[in-house]
Amino acid sequence: MFSLLFFNLRSQGVKVGLNEWLTFLDGVRRGLVVDMESLYGFGRAVICTSEAQYDAWDVAYHATFAGVELPPEISDKMLDWLRDAEQVVGERHHIDMTPEELREAFMKRLQEQKERHDGGNRWIGTKGRSPFGNSGTADQGVRVGGSGGGRSAMEVAGERRWLDYRVDTTLQMRDFQVALRALRNLARDGSYELDIDGTIDKTAKNAGDIELDWQRERINKVHLVLLMDTGGSMRPHTRLVEKLLTAASESKGFKTFASWQFHNVPYGWLYSDYATYDRTPIDEVLRGLTPNHRLVWVGDASMAPWELFTRASGSYFMGGDPAQGGVSGLDWLQMIQRRCPASVWLNPDPPQYWDHPTVRAIGSTIPMFPLTVAGLRDAVRRLKQPR
Amino acid sequence: MTSFRRFEGAQKYIADDGLLSDVNAAIALQRPLLVRGEPGTGKTALAHAISESLGMPLMTWHIKSTTSAKEGLYEYDVVQRLNDSRFDEGDISDISKYIKLGVLGRSFTTEEPVVLLIDEIDKADIEFPNDLLRELDEMAFTIPETDRTIKAIHRPVTIITSNAERELPDAFLRRCVFHYIAFPDPARLRKIVDAHMPELETSLIEAGIARFYGIRKVQGLRKPPSTSELLDWLFVLARSGADPDAIANRMPFLGTLIKQERDLEILSKKRWGR
Repeated sequence: MFSLLFFNLRSQGVKVGLNEWLTFLDGVRRGLVVDMESLYGFGRAVICTSEAQYDAWDVAYHATFAGVELPPEISDKMLDWLRDAEQVVGERHHIDMTPEELREAFMKRLQEQKERHDGGNRWIGTKGRSPFGNSGTADQGVRVGGSGGGRSAMEVAGERRWLDYRVDTTLQMRDFQVALRALRNLARDGSYELDIDGTIDKTAKNAGDIELDWQRERINKVHLVLLMDTGGSMRPHTRLVEKLLTAASESKGFKTFASWQFHNVPYGWLYSDYATYDRTPIDEVLRGLTPNHRLVWVGDASMAPWELFTRASGSYFMGGDPAQGGVSGLDWLQMIQRRCPASVWLNPDPPQYWDHPTVRAIGSTIPMFPLTVAGLRDAVRRLKQPR
Repeated sequence: MTSFRRFEGAQKYIADDGLLSDVNAAIALQRPLLVRGEPGTGKTALAHAISESLGMPLMTWHIKSTTSAKEGLYEYDVVQRLNDSRFDEGDISDISKYIKLGVLGRSFTTEEPVVLLIDEIDKADIEFPNDLLRELDEMAFTIPETDRTIKAIHRPVTIITSNAERELPDAFLRRCVFHYIAFPDPARLRKIVDAHMPELETSLIEAGIARFYGIRKVQGLRKPPSTSELLDWLFVLARSGADPDAIANRMPFLGTLIKQERDLEILSKKRWGR
């Protein structure tokens, strides 16, 4: 019965492992689960690790104990008679079994049992003294279907109060932050601090006369610049990109962090906010770059080929000097890449969609990685050794 | 059934049944309880309430962005030892004299069981929770300098709070019992206000709470007011002798409820406020 709950949880995307399962059984052994309500509350407390999983728990709980999505080995008919059971108040019968034994015995008996069973003390059914089934009087056991009286946990689970908290996201911000963290380039550049080991060494050499040794604190020299394609075909990826942006801007330790926006490819300008058209000429941004700057581009790199390749005369694209015959989007990218070779391009589209002329062209200019945790890790590795 | 001391709520702390049973589950399993929720929903107050209700002293470890896991365990005061060796003070061969236990270390070694509050764990460095895995699992740690192992005499009832400023590692989450404190519904909010300010006029509380939920519903607020802000606000209203009818039309002392300039602007655009 419980294993069904766990499978339902897994199908809801909650990562339940052996660890949680054992904690859960430990709690059952300690008598923390006495009815459906405590099963609901206790199970949620040890299995969910975030309020985002509360809704998945409600769904899985409901699916398991309301008789929806049953495993083949429990027939609907059997659950019907379990659910119809009347509450019987009687003497409690003591069963001396560990939860593991109980569960094993349950599954075994389930296989043996072929017909409906009410009363008695062995088979799974209702009103009996067997530890399995519903409305029984055994003091310990596996309840099958039904509810434990009062305002049932089933009703609570059915309400799905936690739906708003649900976030079915493949990537967690923490993963991004951990990956970005590898981008450090520590240098002894900060304020002075006492070097304990050095002080002890020097003092020992000085025959015990204290000689203090100071050294500079290690600080991260890396400046991070995030350049994001916005609007158009990037719209479906907005939440993912926002997550990366938040992860990057909240990552402590970078010397500076800046983010810019553009549409498809930058032509002459970078926007601090594309929606308000608040913009800065690319030349000016490039002038501020140092060898410690790392550029991370984010975009799907797919657009109409002319947007990337046409050397426009500047009127439409606001880029380049018409007298010089215009500058294409690709020219801009190459110029920035030459100025700051430590750059990578993160593409939210999976690599199987990269077979597109503009994606190939951009990918051969700036090393391209998928916008996944693994992709970001590879990109960071690349940024640490720009060629 | 194993018996253990149960938490039944405290005089000024109104908890729902879900929270009570999760606290008791954590105590029974001897695992840390990780509490999350909006700021001002009483995460820290929970630890105080548990300490009060179970009659156990409370030890608090406030986490800051610079806190390292080792600080909570112990500190080895090398500089003091070096200084003593220089001026020939005391017995410097006794390293244990220079080991000072941190909050976590002390909570392991007290004679009576304590409630340990690790407050705002998400403030610390991203690896911080991982550094505490073994210590929280086994409630034991070793001090290499003296080769001494400190093992908890009584496992402290551990409450960890988080504002979800950053995600916590899975390995850490797996070891905790988790509870999310949802924002209280009006009925429970009433009880909370009653518990804190029993002398307040009913009409004022009702008008205040109605306005309060109205503000929380306004879209786009960066920091919707929480329980603790409501309590402050009602307190100020009562002190100033505000008329309950007046609250329905205008919002005096909005600054106690809304702390962000942008939020004030949003509200004034929607004709809330003065």
